[in-house]
Amino acid sequence: MLLTRLKAGGPAIAKQGILVAFVVFMIAFSLMSDRFLSADNIMSVFRQSAIIGVMALGVTIVVIGGNLDLSVGSMLSFATVLVVDLHDKIGPELAIPVMVLATLCLGAINGFLIGILRLNSLIVTLGMLSVIQGLVLIYSGGQNVDIADQRGTWFAMFGRGAVFGIATPIIIFGTLAVVFHVIMTTMPFGRHVHAVGGNPTASVFSGIPRSRVVFMTYLISALCVAVAAIILGSRVMGSQNNVGQGYELQVLAAVILGGTSLLGGSGSILRTVLGVLMLAFIQNGLILMGQPYYTQWLVTWAVIIIAVWLDVAAKRGRLFSPIA
Amino acid sequence: MAYFYQNPVLRWLLRNPIWGFVLIVFIFFSLSSEHFFAARNLQNILVQTSTIGLIALGMTLVMINGNIDLSVGATLALAAAFAVDVQSWAMFATWGNWQILPAVCLALLVGIFMGAINGFIVWKTGVDAFIVTLGAMLGIRGLVFVYTGEQSFYAMNFAYSDFSALSFGPLPVLAVIFLLCVLIVHWLLSRTVHGRNTYAVGGNREAAVNAGIRVGPHMMINFMIIGFLAALSGVLLSTQMGAATPNLGRDYELWVITAVVLGGTKLTGGKGDIIGTLGGVLAIGILRNGMNLMQVPAFYVYVILGSILIAVLFLDKRFNTSTDGGLRL
Amino acid sequence: MTASREPALRLQGIVKTFPGVRALDGVDFEVMPGEVHALLGENGAGKSTLMKVLAGMYQPDEGQIMIAGHPVQMTTPIEAKAQGVVLIHQELSLVPEMSAAENIYLGELPRKSFGRVDWATLEERANAILKRLKCSFRAEVTVANLSIANQQMVEIARALTVDARVVVFDEPTASLTDAEKVVLFDIINDLKARGVGIVYISHRMDEIFTLSDRITVLRDGAYRGTLTTAVTNEDEVTRLMIGRSLDLSRDEAAPNFGKTMLEVRNLTCPGLFENVSFTVRVGEVVGFYGLVGAGRTEIAEALFGLRKPDSGEIRVDGEAAEITSPRAAIALGISLVPENRKEQGLVLQMNCRDNMTLPQVQALTTGPFVAQGAELAIFDKYRDRLAIKTPSWKQSAAVLSGGNQQKIVIGKWLSMTPRVLIVDEPTRGIDVGSKSEIHQLLRELAAQGYAVIVISSEMPEVLRVSDRIIAMYHGRIMREFDIKDVTEDSLVQAISGISAEAVA
Repeated sequence: MLLTRLKAGGPAIAKQGILVAFVVFMIAFSLMSDRFLSADNIMSVFRQSAIIGVMALGVTIVVIGGNLDLSVGSMLSFATVLVVDLHDKIGPELAIPVMVLATLCLGAINGFLIGILRLNSLIVTLGMLSVIQGLVLIYSGGQNVDIADQRGTWFAMFGRGAVFGIATPIIIFGTLAVVFHVIMTTMPFGRHVHAVGGNPTASVFSGIPRSRVVFMTYLISALCVAVAAIILGSRVMGSQNNVGQGYELQVLAAVILGGTSLLGGSGSILRTVLGVLMLAFIQNGLILMGQPYYTQWLVTWAVIIIAVWLDVAAKRGRLFSPIA
Repeated sequence: MAYFYQNPVLRWLLRNPIWGFVLIVFIFFSLSSEHFFAARNLQNILVQTSTIGLIALGMTLVMINGNIDLSVGATLALAAAFAVDVQSWAMFATWGNWQILPAVCLALLVGIFMGAINGFIVWKTGVDAFIVTLGAMLGIRGLVFVYTGEQSFYAMNFAYSDFSALSFGPLPVLAVIFLLCVLIVHWLLSRTVHGRNTYAVGGNREAAVNAGIRVGPHMMINFMIIGFLAALSGVLLSTQMGAATPNLGRDYELWVITAVVLGGTKLTGGKGDIIGTLGGVLAIGILRNGMNLMQVPAFYVYVILGSILIAVLFLDKRFNTSTDGGLRL
Repeated sequence: MTASREPALRLQGIVKTFPGVRALDGVDFEVMPGEVHALLGENGAGKSTLMKVLAGMYQPDEGQIMIAGHPVQMTTPIEAKAQGVVLIHQELSLVPEMSAAENIYLGELPRKSFGRVDWATLEERANAILKRLKCSFRAEVTVANLSIANQQMVEIARALTVDARVVVFDEPTASLTDAEKVVLFDIINDLKARGVGIVYISHRMDEIFTLSDRITVLRDGAYRGTLTTAVTNEDEVTRLMIGRSLDLSRDEAAPNFGKTMLEVRNLTCPGLFENVSFTVRVGEVVGFYGLVGAGRTEIAEALFGLRKPDSGEIRVDGEAAEITSPRAAIALGISLVPENRKEQGLVLQMNCRDNMTLPQVQALTTGPFVAQGAELAIFDKYRDRLAIKTPSWKQSAAVLSGGNQQKIVIGKWLSMTPRVLIVDEPTRGIDVGSKSEIHQLLRELAAQGYAVIVISSEMPEVLRVSDRIIAMYHGRIMREFDIKDVTEDSLVQAISGISAEAVA
């Protein structure tokens, strides 16, 4: 049944598999819980998804460029610990730029090793995950950090504030999503990232500065982590030294769910947003239904595999792999 | 220089640089810490290494296949939870120490089953193993929490937690099990048809398909092997702790991949061996142990291990001939 | 061939459809034992589909396959092999890290107890086969360490592990040197003498006429006829293949050369090319002819900034040029249509328009945004000019035919309005129809004032498009010919080093 429909209904629908799944989930949850579709609930899901969401934007660009970034989780720990710790020492107006610069430096190291030296991105960022986690622990001496005056500081606006009734994290996430979407779809840089991810050799033969493009994708990824750290630090007003542990894989899950191919060259920022929201709504819906929070992981498991499976099946025109 | 290339030991080291590294850190720590080169400590290293090491054996197979398994940490936790919990089930209450047997068997079966699920999905859907096992990593961890209800289990039968203290002569029983597994998997990979096919599937998948190797079931078997080894590792770890916690094995997949890559196995498949992997896990084990003895804070181990991983990658790129033929790409 | 003998293999009325395409439409084909039967057709004519049906990779919708007179069903490559039908792939399908012996018996390694490999038997058998093929290497060698030709031998050895009735060669000479081809042809003749039926697929007319007994032509998925090689000629075959006669003559409008646009002096890159000096004038096509590995592509790469020459000088339009990257080359007005369009020319999943404007997308902007209107204008212009067949600019390059893909790459570089256009193997793997269009185009470009370099391994091609021909051998320029006084013999001598002493 499904097989024939995949062939006949054309890839147009299959390509939107994630969108279809998203709508199905939304309808199912809203039938099962009255609160699910309330404005309050939707806003709170948006707000909670902002941190993973902002990081996923950067990782999407890295992945379209043909690479992976597993270091974003420990980079988030690094950036959050740094900005929270410096907040009381040098004040937020200095803490933020210092933290952003430091995080960009880490991104530049990734970019140098992968873009310029052409080392395998999975292993480099795996190594960097470990290195950065170590740096955080050394910096903090294994202690957690927090901000003393949690009510008086304007730093609170990033995680806890709101503009025109919309929480700041949502505004930041939304703005960045639009900006990166515009960059990736309408600017030469976006075209270059697609080309380098799709066929690095052909891009060099077309005069595209491959090394620089890859380097830039890692800077963008680091920048996104820095922004996420500002939201996180401001919301929690403190930080454990391993706060970002495991984020790299959740972020990657959202990116994959959005249909970005790990092979590089194809993917979309807006669909990553959809992937992020989908994961967040699944989590939220299950909790509203009275399920413990970890059941979302089981559902996520199924959703990721089915979403990618349909994507792959649509491309090859048959549901099951022909391999014996 | 000619001598350098003719000496078989040196030539072997040139092909397995990780063992050179193991040798260097071993000598270094022996000289700099009086506690390092002691029978007791060396036993310790082997026991500490066995947890990551067992999984790394399976990961070597899976990675030579051109796949990867990110779900091993969660599988380890699930198996540990089963092993510790099942022995206290009421139906085994009268079995005495024999209650451990069904518990361990069930735990190992659970591991094999999880591997089979991963392998089956990779086979039938054609979705990349990275994605399949990334999903499974989240999902199986979810299963652990569902099963344990976020609680830790403690082994009521002391024979279970005493098991890890046993030893065969100078070798702790955990080390014996680990070394036995090393030998078996090495034999499997280098001497059997299944092992040779593992290289064929990873080295040129299409050729393997055309030659009539049933690639799908073949990969599934390797996923089942790594599932078994992850479960075994979980059982042994729980005997050491006398307990199973739901967060057991977090980040282990990253350590395991680090060890296997250090051992010279290629992520792209088709290349690698157990000797290298053993070197990789020993390098990590010795480094952690030695730095601990020298009272270097554990933080620095992260930095050093990550740096070594990147350095190995860099050296590998430098000294192995590139395929682009000198083009400035 | 007596009438009573059954064909080793016979296909009757084979039909295979894919969604929207009738890939094979009632194809008949047969091979007698001890016959070399060539299969010809343009790209997309259905050759590879037919081969996959033969090898058990596809199931025909209709029609019958008979082996030695008995109808058979082949649903997997293994079954096909068991029936004695062996396919030798165009792309080598070996496992580089394994030994030759393991590769030869891949999938059926001899076993001992406990699933162990029986190494002794394996190596003994494999060495026996290699010996039969007169190979100079042992079966224990790792395949990655063998030359391409020897790797092909391993592939052929694999075919001999079974008692093959029919061996299918799919473009086997694509990556072989001339000397290696001779060995391959010997083996094919040897197989033939043992009564094996050979199916030989190739684009190269000369090989087909040297080797084959009969030629079957496919066009648009349909059977177009079978010719006996001894009594036919290239013209007849070509006509069957493209449905019309191919005009190989050139328009002899007097060329009008302008100033020297590119001048290369003593360019040297040790091991690849040495002391290379030549010039290209405006309005001129200079053909670089030589064997694979003669250093022609490497010179192009150096001119395009992809390779750093050790010494020598490059002058563009009279000015000394330092070309350190493709960007620098592009800025100087040099364009390179590379040898391998799928790996070097195109981003396959990208659409046609974006592929075409890729080198200039950074300059093609309004404010910070890509000017998509201007892009589309460029695409439309070159789609019309080069007659690119694609339903829409949104089509990804991957789905186009080889000829249309090549035209996209050519369009991409023409749209840069280069001062020097380098074209490396412009018609490799392209059907005959597109081939002649591209030849025509190269002549027109010269007439419009481009300075063009064409690198080719096909003599008819260089003869047809060039005004001057530079013959290379082992990284050196052996001779330069004006098109008016070149002969095929002198060209062949120059590129095979025969006249090396005489000229140097």
